Amino acid sequence: MNPRRKKRLLITSFLAVALSLAVGLVLFALQQNIDLFYTPTEIIEGKKETGIKPEVGQRLRIGGMVVQGSVKRNPESLKVSFDLVDNGGGIVTVFFDGILPDLFREGQGIVAQGHLLNATQINASEVLAKHDEEYMPPEVSEALVGMDNFKANNK
Amino acid sequence: MLPEIGQVVLAIACMFSLLQVVYPLYGIYAHQQSAIESAKILTVLQFVFVALSFIILAYLFLVNDFTVAYIATNSNSAMPWYYRLSAVWGAHEGSLLLWVLLLSIWSTAVALMSKRLPVESVARVLAVLGLLSLGFYLFVLLTSNPFDRTLPYFPVDGRDLNPLLQDIGLIFHPPMLYMGYVGFSVAFAFAIAALMEGRLDSAWAKWSRPWTIAAWTFLTLGIALGSWWAYYELGWGGWWFWDPVENASFMPWLAGTALIHSLAVSEKRGVFKSWTVLLAITAFSLSLLGTFLVRSGVLVSVHAFASDPTRGLFILTYLILVIGGSLLLYAVQASKVKSRGRYSLISRETMLLINNILLIAALIVVLLGTLLPLVHKEMGLGSISIGEPFFNRIFTVLVVPFALFLGVGSLVRWQRQNLSDLFKPMVILLVVSTLLTLVFLLAFASHFTWLALLGVFLGMWILVGTGMEIYLRSTHRFSLWTGMKKLGNSHWAMTLGHAGFAVMVIGITMTQNFSIERDVKLRIGDSVRFEHYDFHFDAVNDLQGKNYGGIVGQFTVKYDQETVAVMEPEKRIYTVQRTAMTEAAIDSGFTRDLYIAMGEVLPDGAWSVRVYYKSFIRWIWFGPLMMALAGVLVMFDRRYRVKKVSKSAAEVI
Repeated sequence: MNPRRKKRLLITSFLAVALSLAVGLVLFALQQNIDLFYTPTEIIEGKKETGIKPEVGQRLRIGGMVVQGSVKRNPESLKVSFDLVDNGGGIVTVFFDGILPDLFREGQGIVAQGHLLNATQINASEVLAKHDEEYMPPEVSEALVGMDNFKANNK
Repeated sequence: MLPEIGQVVLAIACMFSLLQVVYPLYGIYAHQQSAIESAKILTVLQFVFVALSFIILAYLFLVNDFTVAYIATNSNSAMPWYYRLSAVWGAHEGSLLLWVLLLSIWSTAVALMSKRLPVESVARVLAVLGLLSLGFYLFVLLTSNPFDRTLPYFPVDGRDLNPLLQDIGLIFHPPMLYMGYVGFSVAFAFAIAALMEGRLDSAWAKWSRPWTIAAWTFLTLGIALGSWWAYYELGWGGWWFWDPVENASFMPWLAGTALIHSLAVSEKRGVFKSWTVLLAITAFSLSLLGTFLVRSGVLVSVHAFASDPTRGLFILTYLILVIGGSLLLYAVQASKVKSRGRYSLISRETMLLINNILLIAALIVVLLGTLLPLVHKEMGLGSISIGEPFFNRIFTVLVVPFALFLGVGSLVRWQRQNLSDLFKPMVILLVVSTLLTLVFLLAFASHFTWLALLGVFLGMWILVGTGMEIYLRSTHRFSLWTGMKKLGNSHWAMTLGHAGFAVMVIGITMTQNFSIERDVKLRIGDSVRFEHYDFHFDAVNDLQGKNYGGIVGQFTVKYDQETVAVMEPEKRIYTVQRTAMTEAAIDSGFTRDLYIAMGEVLPDGAWSVRVYYKSFIRWIWFGPLMMALAGVLVMFDRRYRVKKVSKSAAEVI
């Protein structure tokens, strides 16, 4: 092999090794950090698309409407719990320790990130309610279709 | 009447952009000198008309003309004049108008500042830029006209600008970011023009380099400003969220950074040429992709404005045409490009190649993390989200080789480097940077973590490496002082840019490892203490602003019994949109920020409060600022001053 070819071979093989390493790493990191989105009904009955129920301890995202009158606060700390509901009728309780966002309100659609404690309870690490009054994540608005009445009555 | 004039003027600008494409290209085809030379005039005319249209819209905002739908939805007469002005680009329609305005500013700059370039090349570049403008004009005029009226039932007052956007950061952040995005169109146009001509030489790299660096500088500043704005305005003290829209601006930055390095190699050594062209296409395509992602509403984020499927479809078509067309041209023409230079395995060229590979790897990671949720959903597998830990983990891994090579890279010679010559400087570099790391951590770290050790070491490694390079280069032939004076601007720019990156790495490391975040429940009179600091909640008072009301808390902060700051975080209620906003109070410092944000009042009268101690967070923005300064420095390099490049030289090369 002439030196030029040798050099090219070296560079190419270096590239190939680096690339496969990178791909492996990325896939590994991805696998651990993909969070599926569920509605309360889907948590109880399984995903609409696949019918698979989340396992206890699984990281996930949940979106739904905060049930009127369900917000309970711990008087000593910032611990809070509330129920989420969607148009499928399932109700799931979310536990959270921290500061709720400005637009968090009963009767409002929110998204929470956390892990499943048991069949109907979630421990949230983050609660998101978007900043715009009219704004609602598409997943949540889908899950709340037909609930306008319910929402209006509560207001 | 005025809005209609604005719209007509915009349509005229659109016509000029069409002429700017057709006429010069026809001139080149038919060898008609006057047609070729008309490119510059047409570009300037297009700029004049789009600028006029923009000024009309801004004026309508200032005089509160709520018969215009866009103004009625995004402004309010109670807003101070500067927010009414920045509201021009506060939402979809206006920000697109800003986009075409900036594109025409860049085009005009190219037209006016390329006197020494062959007229035909400039005409080609301007024609490509005109084509890009044309697409955006059609988009604005057909799907998102900012001059639409609400007549006859116009509102008495506007619906106010989203309170989040009523901030000094928003006055500057979008124009900066767009200057960067749009600026890559110049590098793109140069690349496409060169491909059309079938002539890619180092002159091409030399011409497009200052433009690319200018765009990159704006983008760097724009992203840094956005991060700073998010930090103080969103009210939870984060500085980067891996939000899809942030990613959309970060991807062109990564491609642009790779591009400016690869351009340097193409200019100096005549290698990597076709790769550089591909990068130029990539950088601008990613800018377009960013616009598509943000404006089409396919992504969920604070930046997503009211979405409209026809808009999304239009941008998608435009995107496919531009990217597909340019890649096709590349595929046909790139084989004609021959790199002449040779280099051995251990050389500056290889170092820069590694830099490029790592940047592209980072780019692919971000692209994957941003688009995968979309693909996943479209395939009917359900909605997913990709968490911050994914990006954080991978970037932690990627930055290690990147920083290590960066520290050594500038010590390595072009073409060929003898490994044994490198041994001594490497040992010095290792020892000095390790010592500095330990001193730094002993002085500023509250406890030991491996990641902090690694991060600070990487930063020091780069700093010491670049410092050594300056020292070795200056003392090569002269004494240190004379040698340093002989170094060119672009050499100092490289040093400053790399040092800026090091500062940012150290800032990120310190912030992520030594910040303290407490979410607490406080009654008036309560205190929260940590790390010598004592935050005392004194009072809550009423607050009355121009278009908002609310409350303001008062906290006295003591460090070992000594008062260091009185902080007043606000909770605002914007009256028109009935939106609550958190205005954090920040006491900033060189090595730490103190950050207080009011949460909500709890049923028993206490408040939930975020109290943060942010270690070295200023460095995260100070670093990019240095990088941007470096970009400015390059533009003032002797080589790029237009008048110094003689015409004959430009033609000979």
